[in-house]
Amino acid sequence: MTYIKPSFRHPELPVNDLGYTKKAYEGAISTLCAGCGHDSISGAIIQACFELSIEPHRVAKLSGIGCSSKTPTYFLGNSHGFNSVHGRMPSIATGANMANRDMIYIGVSGDGDTASIGMGQFVHAVRRNLNMMYVVENNGCYGLTKGQDSATADIGSQTKSGAPNLYEPIDLVTLALDLGATFVARSFSGDKEQLVPLIKAALSHRGFAFIDVISPCVTFNNTGKSTKSYDFVREHIEATGKMDFVPMKEEITTEYEPGNAQDVTMHDGSVMRFLKLDQEFDPTDRRATYNALQDAKEKGDILTGLLYVDPASQELHEVIQTSQKPLRTLTESELCPGQKALDAINAGLR
Amino acid sequence: MRRIDSVNDFVIKFANVNGTGSASANNMFAKAVFRMGVPVSPKNIFPSNIQGLPTWYEVRVNEKGYLGRRGGVDFMVCVNPQSMAKDVQEVLPGGYFLYDNTKQLDLRYVRQDVNYIGIPLTDICLREYTDPRKRQLFKNIIYVGALASLFKMDFAVLKNLVSDQFEGKEKLIAPNIHALELGYQYVETHYPDVCGIRVETRDNVGDRILLDGNTATGLGAVYGGATVAAWYPITPSTSVVEGFEKYAGRLRIDPATGRKNFAIIQAEDELAAIGMVIGAAWNGARSFTATSGPGVSLMNEFLGLAYFAEVPAVLIDVQRTGPSTGMPTRTQQSDILISAYASHGDTKHVLLIPSTPHECFTMTADAFDLAERLQTPVIMLTDLDLGMNDHMTEALSWDDSRQYDRGKVYTAEDLDRIGRFGRYLDSDGDGIPYRTYPGTHPTKGSFFTRGTSRDEYAAYTEDGTVYARNMDRLLKKWDTAKTLVPAPVLHQDRNDSKYGIIFYGTSQFSVLEACDGLLEEGIALDAMRIRSFPFSNTVRDFIDSHEAVFVVEQNRDGQMRTLLINELGLSPDRLIPVLNYDGMPITATWVKSKVRERFPGHNVTTLHAKAGESIE
Repeated sequence: MTYIKPSFRHPELPVNDLGYTKKAYEGAISTLCAGCGHDSISGAIIQACFELSIEPHRVAKLSGIGCSSKTPTYFLGNSHGFNSVHGRMPSIATGANMANRDMIYIGVSGDGDTASIGMGQFVHAVRRNLNMMYVVENNGCYGLTKGQDSATADIGSQTKSGAPNLYEPIDLVTLALDLGATFVARSFSGDKEQLVPLIKAALSHRGFAFIDVISPCVTFNNTGKSTKSYDFVREHIEATGKMDFVPMKEEITTEYEPGNAQDVTMHDGSVMRFLKLDQEFDPTDRRATYNALQDAKEKGDILTGLLYVDPASQELHEVIQTSQKPLRTLTESELCPGQKALDAINAGLR
Repeated sequence: MRRIDSVNDFVIKFANVNGTGSASANNMFAKAVFRMGVPVSPKNIFPSNIQGLPTWYEVRVNEKGYLGRRGGVDFMVCVNPQSMAKDVQEVLPGGYFLYDNTKQLDLRYVRQDVNYIGIPLTDICLREYTDPRKRQLFKNIIYVGALASLFKMDFAVLKNLVSDQFEGKEKLIAPNIHALELGYQYVETHYPDVCGIRVETRDNVGDRILLDGNTATGLGAVYGGATVAAWYPITPSTSVVEGFEKYAGRLRIDPATGRKNFAIIQAEDELAAIGMVIGAAWNGARSFTATSGPGVSLMNEFLGLAYFAEVPAVLIDVQRTGPSTGMPTRTQQSDILISAYASHGDTKHVLLIPSTPHECFTMTADAFDLAERLQTPVIMLTDLDLGMNDHMTEALSWDDSRQYDRGKVYTAEDLDRIGRFGRYLDSDGDGIPYRTYPGTHPTKGSFFTRGTSRDEYAAYTEDGTVYARNMDRLLKKWDTAKTLVPAPVLHQDRNDSKYGIIFYGTSQFSVLEACDGLLEEGIALDAMRIRSFPFSNTVRDFIDSHEAVFVVEQNRDGQMRTLLINELGLSPDRLIPVLNYDGMPITATWVKSKVRERFPGHNVTTLHAKAGESIE
């Protein structure tokens, strides 16, 4: 394995609206195992940011601890990153977001980082509708400590070293829905075609955009008895539909069969065009999502794709009515009331 | 019978039931004394309970301005039958016991050396009011009126206070004044001359104010430019963020949009609270949290990250009695060591230790400058006594020309100018590197913040030499911090005595009073108040220039003494601990008695018969 990333790129790489090639969105070379699902997710994030023409430095990348939490080093090298402590990324993201509402926040976490040690912080970030994209790279095991079961491992699922898992899994998607999440999706690291538009939609969503990505651990949890292996997921994957993300400035040109397409307009005017596989499913209807999830579960399938979106989502800054100007840009004149106000306060304390 | 006679020098204690509205009535009494120009020091002694348990309010009136807790009670107002047996015993011989004599006093509570003043508070209320809530609330106001007569106070002061207090709710003014008069008249008729305690008008408070430390701290955060507050409710710190919210809500609203120039997040726990503070500070906002000991325990992990990754953070720790849940509504100074060395690995944190609400205000504002200048957590240690009790303190002031010190932060222009950016490079030789806010420049200045070891350019490394170099630079930064933190206060122009006394925080009130008293007895002590950690050279010099130094603390283990010994490499026998850890504020009497133990043969008998005398 090499640790030097070649800097050579094809001279005629396509550029986006900002004039950047995809290279501007890449990061350091990955030190994860070859074939790790997480690297595919990093690739999808790079692709999505490139296609959306996001200025890389307007993004802040945040993570906790674990294999997944290492990945922010491997994408968006021109963005600030914060690899915080185990399970505490949501609080760092909350503070960072409060300081500057104008940036884009990408949180990357794992199933251990989110569903165990970080559960407390995760659920509260969801219910506050913090404006960020929160990706869980879900492999059902603790990779960095060599393959222990995580809280998302299914009953009976077995890692390379272990015995069948004995405990009920935590389904983060259902949990997020219960907590009032305003954007919920599930995907598979092996399905870039699905994942990239989902990430684009999540980044355009104003509020907490949660994507649970099944991301097999090739080293410890890709066994024949694991429900988070490449083979198992490929065999059991079921999608809610196909999604197209159309940025605001582009016209919707693709033709769909009437009745199958459902458009969801995002805050910034971009449109999520959702091509349903099931006529009954409506991604803006939370109850329909519960039903679809339950149906898939009963069949032993993994339901992926966009699961729920609330187009009227009010993110945290709107809820608490903070200034439109990023708080970190305010200066003494806006922050310090001065001696005159203090005189009045003193007078009231005598 | 002996009767305590005293003018403007006594302790009065109110024994009430929690949740009956007594706090505002008792506060009215204290404020009336203050408005008469007499220094006053009220203290809430309350249970960890919302309604029904005994609660006390102790007020020391002292025209000389001694504001520490004195101990002993000259006058007891007891309206709580639950605690009456104990309350009676607390009254000093010759003292007074005001009680509700609607029901006859239990004979077991009758002492021959106490003056009883029975007022039928319940009867008066039953007669005057029909609404049960009013009957309860006005009972308190009636005894305040009675005290005004007993102490020959200026009744107009009380009337004005009521008018000020209910400004905007004018309907309530007349009934409250009426209740005051009911008590006043009852005493005028029945007890025209039973009490030897007087409050006489003086001019001894100047332009000072009556304020609690937590509100002052919250206000300091407003003035210091904090925009993000994240917190988790915990006694006794809760009113810090409430104070911030109250004043920010008045003074920080954008006039054009009505939106808030601040964000307050009530976090899910203290771990998240400090995480939010660190996240916000990393992203360029001034942010803070307030907690107490149990919260600091939880915040250890994140404090280590902020120390090592060099992210500013301001943490207010309003200390209470530990360990564990301890006595959550009692005071202590027992988080010194956990704060100084919070987190695993080699860590040290800047501590600020205010003594007065005025200092809570200034130090909080300064804490943001220090945290950003040093790129590290700054922990301000107050305590329950300072935080939750009103204290007479200097009027608050602010220099309108003051600019916040945002520390070493590279702008986009700087990044274009400097060449390669190294987040952890010590370019100035003071151990403090330059940082960039996220989003500053399209292609320069980004870096990865992490709790793992890294080199000067923020790249991950497991090279031991590079790691050690970084740890050494952090020590260099620590040395720089010594020159920036508030200097200790020396209470004499020259150190003349062989003996010194060191103290900090709320021990100040009692220690300075004790020093005056000891001097009268012929024991002269040089006094120094520590206001910060790391210790400056002045601290070392002070200790070096004395044979022995008393270190006064409100904890069991002498935590500041340990810190001094450890950080300055001192011999332990030169530092004599004077410790109080029963959860009540330390008294001058206690300090004096502990100091006297070191001066055998120095046996002083009190000559003057005055209020509080027999507690010596």
